[in-house]
Amino acid sequence: MSRRLTGKVALITGAARGIGRAQAVRFAQEGADIVALDLCGPVETVAIPHSTPADLGQTAALVTESGARVHTEIVDVRDLAGVQAATDRGVDRFGGLDVVCATAGITSRGTALELGENAWRTMLDVNLTGVWHTCRAGAAHLIARGAGAMVLTNSIAGLRGLVGVAHYTAAKHGVVGLMRSLANELAPHNVRVNCIHPTNVDTPMIQNDAVRSAFRPDLDRPPTRAEFAEAARNMNMLGVPWVDAEDVANAALFLASDEARYITAVTLPVDAGATQR
Amino acid sequence: MADVSDLDAMTDAVNAGVAELGRLDVIVANAGIHLPGAPAWELDPLDWQRTLDINLTGVWHTIKAGVPHVGDQGGAIVIISSTNGLRGTSNTAHYTASKHAVVGLARTLANELGPRRIRVNTVHPGAVATPMVLNDQTFRRLRPDLDNPTAADAAEVLQARNLLPVPWVEPVDVANAVVFLASDQARYITGTQLVVDAGLTQKTT
Repeated sequence: MSRRLTGKVALITGAARGIGRAQAVRFAQEGADIVALDLCGPVETVAIPHSTPADLGQTAALVTESGARVHTEIVDVRDLAGVQAATDRGVDRFGGLDVVCATAGITSRGTALELGENAWRTMLDVNLTGVWHTCRAGAAHLIARGAGAMVLTNSIAGLRGLVGVAHYTAAKHGVVGLMRSLANELAPHNVRVNCIHPTNVDTPMIQNDAVRSAFRPDLDRPPTRAEFAEAARNMNMLGVPWVDAEDVANAALFLASDEARYITAVTLPVDAGATQR
Repeated sequence: MADVSDLDAMTDAVNAGVAELGRLDVIVANAGIHLPGAPAWELDPLDWQRTLDINLTGVWHTIKAGVPHVGDQGGAIVIISSTNGLRGTSNTAHYTASKHAVVGLARTLANELGPRRIRVNTVHPGAVATPMVLNDQTFRRLRPDLDNPTAADAAEVLQARNLLPVPWVEPVDVANAVVFLASDQARYITGTQLVVDAGLTQKTT
C-alpha cells in the first residue's frame, strides 16, 4: 500500500459520516493522523437526519483500525472560537498540521423566493462562514509548517445554478471565491487551496426522504433508493446515479498529497460529467 | 431609505415604490460594500459577516422583495458583482466570497425564473471611478511606496493591470451594460456574467 501522507496530520470537519468519514479513513490508510470534528447534532432548518456522537465514534474506530491516531471533538463550525480551540488541541496532540479538509455542510430546500430568512442565513453560516472558520483555524498551523494543503468540499452547485437550492448554490459559489483568495494569500507560504465539486454522493445527505422526494416529484410517496437512482442518473454523463464518498476522498487525497504539489486554486469536479452534460 | 440587509425594510420600500410608479420590470441589485482587507485568517468576523449581509443577503432581499411585482410580461434582474466574482485576490476573502456567491444566486434564479420570462445576469466591473476606489485608503494600499499618494499615483498601478490604457471604468460604463442587459435587446441573454473591466481579468502579460 502506498503511504502518501506518512507523518502528516489532517484536520477534517464533518468527519462523523459521509465524505468526511471517507476522507478520515482514506487519509489514515495513507499514514495521516486525523483531527476529526463534527457537530454530531441537529441544525435548525435542516430536515435530513443529523450525525451523532456514535457516528463520530465509528469514524474514530475506523481510523484506529487503519493504524493511525485520531483526535475527535464535537464542535459546530459556526462557532469560530470552538473550532479554533478544537483545532489547536488536536494540533498540540499530534505536533502540527499539514492538511485541512473543510467538509462539514448542510442542505435544505426552497426556491429563492420561497426560502425564509432563517434557512438562508443558517445555510450561509454553516456552508460558507463555517468553511472560512475552518480555514481560519488551520491557516496559522500550516504557515508554521511552511507547507500544506486545504481541500474544500464544494458541490456542482459551486459551478452551476441548481433549482430549489439558491442559498446552497450561493454558499458553494462563495466558497470558490474564498478558495481563490486564500490560494493567492497562502501560496507564498507553500500552502495550496483547492475545491472539489461532487455530483450527488451516496451519503445520508441525499439518501433521505426529503432529497429523494425532490428528485421524484411525480411520486406521491417517498421514493425508494432505486426510484431515486433512476432520476439521479439523468444528471450525470456517466451511467451512475451518484458517486461514492470514497471517490471524493480519493480526489481529496490526491490534492492533499505531494502528487499535487503544483496544483492550487482549482475547482476539481468529481461529478460523473454532470457539469458538462 | 432602506438597508438591504433588512428584508422587511426592503419589502416596504419596494412596495411603496411600486405603488407610486405602478409596475416593476427591472431589478438592479447594486448596493455593496468593500471593507478593509486582510488575509482570510486575520479578517475580523464582524467584517466577514457584514460583507455577507450586505453584498450577498442584501442582493437576495432585493430580489425577494421585487420579483413578486414583476408581471406576466417578464423582466430583468441585474446583479452588480465584481471581477472578484470571477477570480480571487489577496486580502479580499470576504468581498470575493460574497461576489462569487451572487453569481451562484444569479445562476439558480435564472433557472427558477426563466419560465416566468425573467432574465437574471451579473455584471463584473473592475475598478470603477467611485468613492469605493477613489479614496485615500485605497490609494495608500495601491502605492505603499508613497507617503501621500494621489489618484494619479493610484491610476498608474491600476492602469498597468488593464489591457486598455485606462486606470478604471466610469460609473456610466457599468450603467450602460446594465441598461443593455435590462433592455429587450438582451431578451435571450440570461444566466451570464458580463465583464466591464478594461481587460483586467484577461491580461496575460
